[in-house]
Order: sequence, then structure tokens, then C-alpha cells
Amino acid sequence: MKELTELKLKVLDLLNEDARRSPTLLSTLLGVDVEEVKEAIAELEADHVIVKYAAVVNWSKIEDETVTALIEVQITPERGRGFEGIAERIYLYPQVKSVYLMSGAYDLLVEVEGRNLREVANFVSEKLSTIDSVLSTKTNFILKKYKQDGIIFEDREEDNRLIVSP
Amino acid sequence: MIVNEDTKQQQVKSMSSYLAPSVRDIPPSGIRKFFDLASGSKDIITLGVGEPDFTTPWHVREACVYSLERGMTAYTSNAGMTELREAISQYLLDSFKVAYDPKDQIIVTIGGSEAIDLALRALIVPGDEVLIPEPSYVPYSPITSIGGGVPVGIETFAKDNFKLTAESLEAKITPKSKVLILCYPSNPTGATMSYEDWLPIAKVVEKHDLIVISDEIYAELTYNQKHVSFSSIPGMMDRTIMVSGFSKAFAMTGWRMGYVCAHPELIAAMLKIHQYTVMCAPVMGQVAALEALRNGMEEKDRMVESYNQRRRLIVQGFHDIGLECHEPQGAFYAFPSIGSTGLSSEEFAQRLLLEARVAAVPGTAFGSGGEGFLRCSYATSVAQLTEALDRMGNFLHKLKTES
Ligand SMILES: Cc1ncc(COP(=O)(O)O)c(C=O)c1O
Repeated sequence: MKELTELKLKVLDLLNEDARRSPTLLSTLLGVDVEEVKEAIAELEADHVIVKYAAVVNWSKIEDETVTALIEVQITPERGRGFEGIAERIYLYPQVKSVYLMSGAYDLLVEVEGRNLREVANFVSEKLSTIDSVLSTKTNFILKKYKQDGIIFEDREEDNRLIVSP
Repeated sequence: MIVNEDTKQQQVKSMSSYLAPSVRDIPPSGIRKFFDLASGSKDIITLGVGEPDFTTPWHVREACVYSLERGMTAYTSNAGMTELREAISQYLLDSFKVAYDPKDQIIVTIGGSEAIDLALRALIVPGDEVLIPEPSYVPYSPITSIGGGVPVGIETFAKDNFKLTAESLEAKITPKSKVLILCYPSNPTGATMSYEDWLPIAKVVEKHDLIVISDEIYAELTYNQKHVSFSSIPGMMDRTIMVSGFSKAFAMTGWRMGYVCAHPELIAAMLKIHQYTVMCAPVMGQVAALEALRNGMEEKDRMVESYNQRRRLIVQGFHDIGLECHEPQGAFYAFPSIGSTGLSSEEFAQRLLLEARVAAVPGTAFGSGGEGFLRCSYATSVAQLTEALDRMGNFLHKLKTES
């Protein structure tokens, strides 16, 4: 793994909290030159440490139709390529949001999103299960998201301190 | 039953005559006054709070919940759980190189607040003068008065970064001077004292045989330099009553956990008051405090780093909108000068609240030397701070175009 400078780590922390923070704000918060911050960000982007600036959206607030499933997949690894080829075949589908190679009772954990149950079910039966080296699938539907990427989705009271205190 | 209106009136009127004059004569706190003004208004960004904006780290809360599940609900020994006193002793040795014996030199108290009260009550007889560098944390002076002591303010100045100087201390000493209360890092100015700053103060303390109450509750919140405990200055250990607590460093204000460390004879005296007034600090808080000391240092460091970032933001922000502000080196307060606006602190704070919806405390709430300044706490989110600075900038602009 790549060793990052302390500055880069702090920049990552602050952007992870809020990706909209400008280099000027970051330079003030960290007490370093704005050029240094810009350079650090440029390098982090070039090295694909920062992959994308995205909003964390609580979709359930605006549409309750989407369905997410976590699918446990058992596969036979391919000679020479192990799990890589099959993982790629799976993650290239746009419905697939994430793919993880797992230790334990199954090999891949695949997160699939669809507009409804039927769409996800069709994907599993028609696309996923039919891949040659897939031995079995077990589909788990997500019923409710409480926390994602470290962010708690519940509406929580922000600040209940007194307006003025010692 | 017929109630005689006259006698009823009379009874109510004379109630205050029952009160001890030392209590009755204490004026309302400037902070409290400002709070009454601010409460009820909406959409206010508050830079007025003197407490962390973090919730107590989860592992600390969890340790407390687990202890309750196991039924830890009884009194502890008067001075506090042995393990906790041992942990405090070890922590003070590791962090500030001061050695207090957990057996007879530490009492776990209900916040730093009780510790200050214990120290003053144990020391003061009516007429004793208590020296208080100002602007100062609000309660020192009224608690002194309640004990019959006479608070004597020592003004400190922005040009000295609000540090206490040996000359100004010496100038206020009389034969009645007995106690000096130190609070560094300082609420409300954010001033800190270095080893070199302390040496001349220690000389005056020794020369005039003063006893020192050193409130070091913000010791963990220093930036650019490490906190120097007054007890660690040569010759000062026996003269110093160190007060501290968990409120600020570990984001534990509501738990009411503090401690006081001193010479065994002083501790024995304070323990008498403590055991007869509160028995012991609450056991839940003690369990939580122990967990904070044992496993909370990483979280604490993370919080301090975050305060430091926001400190830079607010100081830069004041600079950008044209408010002069010395660089606070500790605690989480900035103390900018609003002198250039020509308004008094109170007027400025009041108009800032009503017209810009930003709450900050007028410097005058903290005693002499506070006029012309505003206490702004930066223990609030980056987004809120940015918005507050924006609003203050607009407000200042409006003041300028007005005149
Ligand atoms: C300087 C100072 N000392 C003591 C305290 C009281 O702290 P505690 O919550 O431990 O009673 C405060 C709280 O604001 C403070 O600012």
C-alpha cells in the first residue's frame, strides 16, 4: 500500500467529510499554503486515491421503489485468472453497484440495484446464475438502510447545546 | 379561607431579607443575561457555547451503559474510585510531569466546578483577597464572594496576548492577598502561559506567600505548544491546588466529572467539605471517566486536531472581515477586538444577535479588560463557522455604511 504524507491524509479526511470544501478553505483549516493543498489533491486524483467526488444520497427519502440486494455467489475459479475474469463479467453490468471477493462461505458479494423485486430477480436468474462458473447464488434483499459509508441516515437532532453557556 | 392580601404581599417582599447578603448581592451573570436575550430567537448561529460540539465518544458511553447493566449503582469512596484516582495520577504524570499520589492527593469531584468551590471554601476566611486575572471565567469572583472573600481583578491586555505579568500581579498584592486563581489555557481569551512566562509569576507567588488555584481544565486543548502545568514549576507543587476535569478534553460536559489535586493536608480539608455536601461524585460518571483515560486518547487527539483547524478558520476569518484578533493558543475561544466599530461590547453583541443572528458573548461578561472584545467559541461545525463569519462580515459592512 502507498504511504501518504500527513498532509494528504488530512486532506482526505476533510474531503471525505465534505467533498465541496475548496482548496482555500482546506489551506486555512490545515494552516498550509493553498498551492500545497492543490498539489496534494492533484496527486491524489492522479493516483486514483480520490476516485470521484460524489454526494451520499439517501434515496429512500425520494423514491421507495428501488430495491437493493446483496447476493452471495459461489464460483469455480478459472485456471490462470482465478476470480478476476468472472468478477469482471459481473461488475460490468450497470445494475451491479459493487462486487467484493470474500473469505468464508461464498466467494463474491454482489450488490445489485433494480427498480423493483422482479428486475433484480430477473437479473439473478438470467444473467448471474447462467454464467458458467457460477455454482450457486443466494439473494438477500435490503429492507432498510440505517447507515452507509459511515453516515447514519436517521434524521437526528443536530445541536442541542444552550445558545450561550460558560 | 380569607387571605389577607396585605400580609401576602409583605411576606413576598421580605423574602430577600432572609437571604445571605453574600448571595443576594451577587449580580446576575453576563452570560446568563445574554442567554435570556438569545433564547427564543430562531435561526441563530451560536458562537456562545463553552462546550465541545462533539458527543462523548461512543466507547465511553458504552462503558457506562455496560456498568449499569452489571449493577454498578452504589456510592464510591468519598474521594472517588481508587482505579480512577490511580488513572488520573498516571495521566498527570505522563502528560504534564506532575506527581500526585492517588491515595491522599486527589479527589474526584462533580466537575471542575465543584473542585473550584472546594478549593475556595477550604481556603478563604472573610476578608481574604483573591487575585483573579481578568477577563476571567465567570464563577471565580462570585464563588469568592459567597465565601466572604474579596475578589480582586488583575487586568490583562491584548498586547500581552492576555498573559498575566509579574508586574501587574505584584501591583495588586496587599497584606490581605491570599489566593491567586490561574486559568490557562484561558476561558475566555484562549491565552496560554509557557514555562518562561511562569517563572517570574512563581517568584511573586513565593515572595508574597500566596496559594494558587490553577484551573487547568483546558490543558489538553493547546495548539503549537504543550501545556505547562503550574505545579510543575520549581517550588510551586505544594502551593498549588490543581483543578481539572473531563468536560472539555473528552467532550463530557454533561457527565459532571472533574478532579482536584493538592498537598495531602489541603486535600484532607477539601475532602471534609466534599463528603458532607455530595458524598462522592456519581459512579456512572466515574466509570465513564476511567474509560476515557484508559482508551480515549486517540479520540481526544482527533478532537483537538479538529479544534485546531477551526481555530485557524476563525482567526483567518476575523482577519478577512477586518476584526483584529490575537492568536488564541489554547481552549476553544477566540477573543477578537470590536473596538474599531466604536460600539461597546454589549451593544455590539446585542446588535450582532438581533441583526445578524449570530450569538457571541460580550467581553464585559468576564470582568475588567473585557470591554471592546467579544468571546467567540469555535467549537462548532466548519459550515456554521463559515456562515457565522459571513454574517459578521455583512454586519460590519452595514455598521460602516451606517456611520
Ligand atoms: C475555565 C473553566 N473552568 C471550569 C469549568 C467547569 O467545568 P466542569 O464542567 O468540569 O465543571 C469551565 C467550563 O466552562 C471553564 O471554562
